[in-house]
Amino acid sequence: MERAIYLDHSATTPVDPRVVEAMLPYFGVKFGNASSLHRWGQAALVALTEARRTVADILHARPGEIVFTGCGSESDNLALRGVALALRGRGNHIITTPIEHHAVLNTAAQLEKEFGFAVTRVPVNRYGVVNPDDIARALTPRTILVSVMYANNEVGTIEPIAEIAKITRARGVLLHTDAVQAGGYLDLDVDKLGVDLMSLGAHKFHGPKGVGALYVRTGTPLVPTQTGGSQERARRAGTENVPYIVGMATALEIAQGEREATNARLRALREQLVIGILERVVGAQLTGDPQHRLPGHASFVIPDVVGDEMVLGLDLAGIAASTGSACTAGSAEPSHVLAAMGYAPAIARGALRLTLGRGNTDADVEEAVNAVVEVVGKLRGK
Amino acid sequence: MSDHSTVVVAMSGGVDSSVAAALLVERGYTVIGVMMRLWAEGKDNRCCSPPAVDDARSVCAKLGIPFYLLNFETEFKTRVVDYFVAAYARGYTPNPCVQCNRWIKFGALLERAGALGADYLATGHYARRRERAGKFELLRGVDAQKDQSYALHRLTQAQLARALFPLGDLTKPETRALARRFGLPVSEKGESQDLCFAADRDYRNFLRRRVPTALVPGDIVDTRGRIIGKHAGLAFYTIGQRKGLGLAVGEPLFVLALDAARNRVVVGRAVELGGRELIANAVNWIAGSAPAMPLRVTAKIRYKSAEVGATITGDEVEGSVRVQFDQTLRDITPGQFVVFYDGEVCLGGGVINQTDSRFHCL
Repeated sequence: MERAIYLDHSATTPVDPRVVEAMLPYFGVKFGNASSLHRWGQAALVALTEARRTVADILHARPGEIVFTGCGSESDNLALRGVALALRGRGNHIITTPIEHHAVLNTAAQLEKEFGFAVTRVPVNRYGVVNPDDIARALTPRTILVSVMYANNEVGTIEPIAEIAKITRARGVLLHTDAVQAGGYLDLDVDKLGVDLMSLGAHKFHGPKGVGALYVRTGTPLVPTQTGGSQERARRAGTENVPYIVGMATALEIAQGEREATNARLRALREQLVIGILERVVGAQLTGDPQHRLPGHASFVIPDVVGDEMVLGLDLAGIAASTGSACTAGSAEPSHVLAAMGYAPAIARGALRLTLGRGNTDADVEEAVNAVVEVVGKLRGK
Repeated sequence: MSDHSTVVVAMSGGVDSSVAAALLVERGYTVIGVMMRLWAEGKDNRCCSPPAVDDARSVCAKLGIPFYLLNFETEFKTRVVDYFVAAYARGYTPNPCVQCNRWIKFGALLERAGALGADYLATGHYARRRERAGKFELLRGVDAQKDQSYALHRLTQAQLARALFPLGDLTKPETRALARRFGLPVSEKGESQDLCFAADRDYRNFLRRRVPTALVPGDIVDTRGRIIGKHAGLAFYTIGQRKGLGLAVGEPLFVLALDAARNRVVVGRAVELGGRELIANAVNWIAGSAPAMPLRVTAKIRYKSAEVGATITGDEVEGSVRVQFDQTLRDITPGQFVVFYDGEVCLGGGVINQTDSRFHCL
């Protein structure tokens, strides 16, 4: 298979070589435990502190508000379970949406089932956008936390977080946002957004897998979900993964530093991709918000074909695509996101997601459109 | 067949399908490994348990070919599990593996293979395909111990035209030796599992859990129709069964027949067991049309039963045949398949419907 075009950057991204280089010293030469008193430990602690400051600066936060975790899902778990358990004396109500990543959905469901919390899932519109007024209406005196994702992984829609924050702040309710998909592409200024907690995962912005972060605004009550040593100010026990944390900080710094240029290029490529597919694949529809979406994100429903079959056909043609979330690939269940947006299961079956990244070119897009046209044609012709 | 053809190999994670894939790669085909996710009563179907999936994926990675786990839960549930349940409910003894080959592997999977651009579907079955005068024949595998043509006898010309059986010319020890040469695992774990979909291996428990309504207790009668005991549901009995009848009678008694119409189990002495004739329905002739009859064949009434000489004659019912064996067979079981051979060629077969057992109509 000569052709290899990767169009699944929402699933994961290759680690930037500059990131790899920044990480390498912390595997060997500076391998120390950041909690150790000696100079080996000191060297690790210095790196950890610098990484934390780098991330905090990008978020317009204080270093002490950054908790490094093992991944975006862990950050979501810590945010929801940590706040819910800390505030259960004050209330038992959580508000979220039906289009969240499973890390949020299933944590909320567990809080509901095992811990007696009440969860309201506010609806989204046809584009997958949450109406802040619906959040306002769902708030009760018992509400302790609202969790709405910054950008959706399956359809790329960007949610009006700042508007939602105005409402939650006025009512004194904490707001968490899962910013895992947004990390490399959107403004992460926590004050502009008005969020109290924000989840990030490094591998979505050319950092390594296995490291994430949770922003926790000063004063936010949080019970640790992983207990043990007092690392991360006793909010996440376990020896800090210094090379990965350094990698995450470096990757975030690069991604956010190059953001404007990257986004402009990805938007142009995406337009070319969307237009190509809508023009040449009969019946194809763009899913998600056409305007307010992640710059490299294109997602469709294509009638009379099954998403998985398109993905396999494209794989054999040398192109990486997906139907929606990588985490649910291979299951027969239709997408919960498309269902919440009002797509019938028969339509949602034809979901296709193509997500561009830094490495992609005009030629990639052209070849991808041709391949989609060919694969869909073959599947429809069978 | 061109060496540039694309082949989907149905992978099980076991030695047979792994070697089949490796042989095709070696012969220059473009090979795609596929495993089928099948319906299961419990957590996992034993034909696609997580370790089996891992093994199949590792083998494909080693061979440098793509591997996909495709979902056939719905098709499998409808074509295999529902059939299995319905057969038992009617007093028949089903063979789910035959149905799986016909409808799932060489049905739904073959179709998906086509969608992936594949020209052929290959499996690790010990059987051979021969092209002759524009038609395809199904031949026994060279290894008489492992021959699996029985399980494939319901394939059609269209299916055979797109089937490859790379192990047909090999013996099992040769396959194992090849696995070692290719550096592949030689475990049997991933091989076809009887009752792969049931949470435990006892079909009786499965039926108790899934279709309690089909398990209606009734009478056990002797060959003269006298009630001599109670049964717990026809599905719990099979022709020739001796144990578990719960009868306090001096001489050993065997199940002679299951009378679904009257919900009775007929039992009798060993000498009364067996028959020499049966009617088979839904006969599939692999050649695509029925041969001239009467026809002399050898026939098997179960996958592992001995083959005996028989004469087939046409029946008044379209698609049915009458099979007369040269000797009495003890365990002709309605619901099982009778499969016909002419030498090494598998001609096809049908579902055993009636036997000449006198005890059906008591």
